[in-house]
Amino acid sequence: MELSEREAWTVIHGLLAGTLFLLAFAGGLAGLWSLRPGFLTPAAIKERMTRLYIGVWVMAAVAWITVISGTWIVYPWYRAALAGETFEGCAGAYLPNPESCSPRDFLLSNVSGQTESWHEFGMEWKEHVAWMAPILATAVAFIVTYYGPRLIPRTWLRAIVILMFVGAFAAAVVGGAFGAFINKIAPIV
Amino acid sequence: MSSENTAQEDIERAPEIAELELVPRPDGPAAAAILAAGIGMFALGLLTVLSEASTAMHDWLASWEFDQGVGPLAGKTTVAVIVWVLSWIVLGIALWRREVNLKVWFWVALVLGALGFLGTFPPIFLSFAAE
Repeated sequence: MELSEREAWTVIHGLLAGTLFLLAFAGGLAGLWSLRPGFLTPAAIKERMTRLYIGVWVMAAVAWITVISGTWIVYPWYRAALAGETFEGCAGAYLPNPESCSPRDFLLSNVSGQTESWHEFGMEWKEHVAWMAPILATAVAFIVTYYGPRLIPRTWLRAIVILMFVGAFAAAVVGGAFGAFINKIAPIV
Repeated sequence: MSSENTAQEDIERAPEIAELELVPRPDGPAAAAILAAGIGMFALGLLTVLSEASTAMHDWLASWEFDQGVGPLAGKTTVAVIVWVLSWIVLGIALWRREVNLKVWFWVALVLGALGFLGTFPPIFLSFAAE
């Protein structure tokens, strides 16, 4: 079993960071949801808050790691212009290759079915919207840390925080889902 | 965005909090974090649209890639993050000990964030593509 350097980075960017992000989101959402009056004893609040602080900051950190590694390490391999103006480097290709046909070239060339939209809609959306995830997740982590248990009686504020938290997750889902599909059709090898 | 009405009006009764003897905190810093997030998202959407609409802007944003092959995405994301951080610092200093109406700040941030989101949606930003 072997992974190339490029494959290893796609695993770090998508699979490892993505899994950690999902775990942190699930824990964070459950923690935020249960921060309501009458649910917890003072002792439970202290214990719950420690886990919540860790969860929201891990989610923010993982979101940053994901978008930075995606943009600055993986994306240049994806978008390299290798195939020429008319994508002749991809002629007859079943998969992209690092010598003459990058994943972007492969998708735009339509040599393996109608794949152009995966780049023009999927990748174009994913590469931008995913950056909203760390911005929102960091704001949520700050607000949760700043207020701590004071969030419990603040119904409206708690709703805002949950909305921002879900917004961060939704942005990451767009990035993650399109990333998984695109890497299935035009893998970085 | 005056500081007359505070968001403290949304407080429910929570006797368990009283036992923790917590000192109340003003909403200013939270408002700063929320609005800065909205500004950062708006900046990202705006730069995405401008990169399509203007070749000069596209080239300037691409100059942020430092030969890494990232293209204009480097400038769009880096500049948006700088705008977000700077706006958070400025708003954070301005609102640090202030009590504000959090709902107003949130709605402004939501509008900015929604516009930023629309700016990153391909059918929208590609419609601004320079001929």
